[in-house]
Amino acid sequence: MSTSSSLVYLIALPLFGAAALLLGGRRTDKWGHFLATAMSASAFGVGLYQLSQMLARPTEERAVTQKLFSWIAVGNFNIDAALLLDQLSICFVLLITGVGTLIHIYSISYMAHDENRRRFFAYLNLFIAAMLLLVLGNSYLNLYVGWEGVGLASYLLIGFWNQKPAYATASKKAFVMNRVGDMGLSFAIMIAFATLGTTTFAGIADVAPRASEGALTAIGIMLVVAAAGKSAQFPLQAWLGDAMAGPTPVSALIHAATMVTAGVYLIVRSHFIFDLAPTAQLVVVIVGAITLIFGALIGTAKDDIKKALAASTMSQIGYMILAAGLGPVGYAFAIMHLLTHGFFKASMFLGAGSVMHGMNDEVNMRKFGNLRKFMPITFVTFGFGYLAIIGVPPFAGFYSKDAIIETAFNAGGLKGILLGGAALLGAAITAFYMSRVMILTFTSKARWDDEAHPHESPALMWVPIAILSFGSIASGFLFTRGHALVNWLEPIVGGHEGNHEEFLAPMVVSALALTAVAIGVAIALMKYQFADVAPVAPVDVSALTRLVRNDLGQDAFNEAVFMRPGIALTELAQKADESVVDGAVRGVGRLATGSGSVLRRSQTGFARSYAAFILIGAVILIAGIWVVTQ
Amino acid sequence: MIIQTPEAVMFWFLAPVAVIAALGMLLVKKAVHSALLLAWVMITLAIFYIAQDALFLGIVQIVVYTGAVMMLFLFILMLVGVDSSDSLKETIPGLRPIAITAALGFGGLLTSLIGRATIGHPAIGLTEANSTGNVQSLAQLLFSDFVWPFEVVSALLITAALGAMVLAHHQRTVERPTQRESSIARFRTGSLSSAAGLPGPGVFARHNAVDVPALLPDGSPAPTSISATLKARGDMLESAPFQLDVVDTTVVEEK
Amino acid sequence: MNPYNYLYVSGLLFTIGAVGVVVRRNAIVVFMCVELMLNAANLAFVTFSRINGTLDGQVTAFFTMVVAACEVVVGLAIIVTIYRSRRSASVDDASLLKR
Repeated sequence: MSTSSSLVYLIALPLFGAAALLLGGRRTDKWGHFLATAMSASAFGVGLYQLSQMLARPTEERAVTQKLFSWIAVGNFNIDAALLLDQLSICFVLLITGVGTLIHIYSISYMAHDENRRRFFAYLNLFIAAMLLLVLGNSYLNLYVGWEGVGLASYLLIGFWNQKPAYATASKKAFVMNRVGDMGLSFAIMIAFATLGTTTFAGIADVAPRASEGALTAIGIMLVVAAAGKSAQFPLQAWLGDAMAGPTPVSALIHAATMVTAGVYLIVRSHFIFDLAPTAQLVVVIVGAITLIFGALIGTAKDDIKKALAASTMSQIGYMILAAGLGPVGYAFAIMHLLTHGFFKASMFLGAGSVMHGMNDEVNMRKFGNLRKFMPITFVTFGFGYLAIIGVPPFAGFYSKDAIIETAFNAGGLKGILLGGAALLGAAITAFYMSRVMILTFTSKARWDDEAHPHESPALMWVPIAILSFGSIASGFLFTRGHALVNWLEPIVGGHEGNHEEFLAPMVVSALALTAVAIGVAIALMKYQFADVAPVAPVDVSALTRLVRNDLGQDAFNEAVFMRPGIALTELAQKADESVVDGAVRGVGRLATGSGSVLRRSQTGFARSYAAFILIGAVILIAGIWVVTQ
Repeated sequence: MIIQTPEAVMFWFLAPVAVIAALGMLLVKKAVHSALLLAWVMITLAIFYIAQDALFLGIVQIVVYTGAVMMLFLFILMLVGVDSSDSLKETIPGLRPIAITAALGFGGLLTSLIGRATIGHPAIGLTEANSTGNVQSLAQLLFSDFVWPFEVVSALLITAALGAMVLAHHQRTVERPTQRESSIARFRTGSLSSAAGLPGPGVFARHNAVDVPALLPDGSPAPTSISATLKARGDMLESAPFQLDVVDTTVVEEK
Repeated sequence: MNPYNYLYVSGLLFTIGAVGVVVRRNAIVVFMCVELMLNAANLAFVTFSRINGTLDGQVTAFFTMVVAACEVVVGLAIIVTIYRSRRSASVDDASLLKR
């Protein structure tokens, strides 16, 4: 495998930006955002250069590595800090740096009035560096460093406005739930090292076929836990909605386009484990299927535009996880949906930010309406993203989602019907709630307050959105033309050979999907476009609606099952600590003070009484001599 | 070895005196008397040393102990108050009986041990060892076999001298008052009587010894004119007998 | 008479000194009693030297004297320092060890 000495710049440039901004302090306030944007853009430039180099090489020599330094060298346990850039990583590198740079540009304007803009950009650069390390690491340990780094950056950015206690709590919640997933990843690494003796991707891919299926299943399930934590999948999904406390560019970059898809990357990257562990793979599809329905249901009841988009992110990642769990046929589609989703969801989030920008930071969709007249550019770009996510041809989402639904049906037997049905149902619900967002915000009657003065955002904000929405129009078509992405990824994740008989013809699946979408859109139109919408959410609603409004009880469940028993356990441990451990310690102390206060009586403090003791001692000594010399 | 009669006479005369002097040191009230009695014990010991063929040590004993050390003791006694006479009343209950019992036991056991250890061991005497002279022989030992301890002890002496200086050094916590400041302080405080200097002892009295208080212009005695030490010792005389009976207060114009 | 009688004198003086250290309160007197004990030890050394016919005992007594001189210098300095701060030369007044 060939090496390249320029891989490190991908990480070093944004890392340098973050360090310069954080260490430079207020001196960098004036130009810090430009530096950060430049660093992100130059990382994108390095990524493009690497892509051109990669295209120039024959297929089997496309992957390049770079060893940075020997990280851990203990006996025969050698871990190098090394980078690996192959066909899979380059997709992510370009997505992260490309979308990241656009969002940097957008943030210059969006955060213009925030006095901590420099810190914000420093964190953004830190995130870019950590995320690149995550996708470039050549072993699970290197990946883990990036994995923790993005967790940290996500925590810092969700709680960026931590002067509001609710936001600080949201960041803490995200951090704690991510930690559960991180434990999964660290367990996976430990099991891998204990049973396979290595942690590099290449090494594990090499020895996995000879390993026991039990070990691989254990690693796989731990990896699913990790992916669920980072990608907000069932049952660790509850943090994503609250993560919308962060500034909107953060939601677009971290909690829609890149970081939350790290779980998908992890599963696709670990294909050599999942291909050999069917049980773990089954867990993956179940998690994906549950989450895609779960997220979609939550999306139907959200009035907060960002939370509705967050629910849809959760649901879309569910699609990706589902595809990744379907084996070699699904990996490429998972990545494809990930990339198209990166474009359209980022553009929609930025659009939502643009709407908030024009509406005095209002997020309640019931206070919007008829904004298409005041924000035509935002409306059009958001509309492209909308059409892409519900899967209308020829927009990007149609290609990627359709492929996933088709692959799900082709999984065979009852499993295929269940998974395909779930994916189809998810598509219908997605169409409904995204239409709801679209209608409530842009096309229904205006419901905003008198003091709101909606206006279009400046060019610095709408140009990045426009570029992203171009991606949401064209990327799906480009990826599927002649199976471009599938062929591109084939050397990494394996090909389509051995494809079983099709359960349904592709045309039939497309027709079904479009029918589902049409039904969803129609219901939304009836309920919101052609009926009056109350500016305040109605209270007298069915129990099901209430349940969905409460996020299907995810927080209540977590509190009842984990938090309260945890608190009770902690209190018990504290009591035990106080009575048993502290009791023993204090008992020793009391014994010492008690005996001390008895012995103290002999210590009068008078030097003469001590002299008397010495004299008595001398008498005893001399008496001893007298006795023994007798 | 049998000791010749003159030394025996000297021993039986001086030894009881030394023991009695030591006991006296223990029992007298005043520290000065203790010091003098101790000096006597030390001189006795010097004589013992010389009698035992230790001429050099005997001289050193007189020079160092009775000369230097005892003078140092007396000097410090003057410094911390020669007037303070010790009360011999015991303040820590039970200490004295314990001390005396222990001392009796100690002395008894020691005597018994010495007696037991010396039976059948005739003394050799120093005639041979001192054949080249006591000082020369000692010097030879000191600068050959004992040269290392000798150097160490010299270092110890220097350290002790430095230590004494460090301990006795008094660091001012406040600035030393200037003459001007002390003068202002004198006039600002209380009565004007402190403004003028204190009268010397015996001023205006009919007797000018240091233990007679001065008389103030109105004829009353001024106890502050007597040294505090004399007062504390009770050596101050009543000034009444020396007082003027009639004070002539008429002002005579100077021509 | 024989030289051993000096040893009995030495023992007696040592015992008297020891009692003095315990019963007297004036720090200077206590210190003088310590000196008495050292002198008694010196007398024993000189006598041992005579009994054994070597001068080693006298050398030891010589060293003892030097050490005693050092001790006096430092000890008296300590007494002066204590007196300066506490206005008392009684060993009982410096009894802060018990608190």
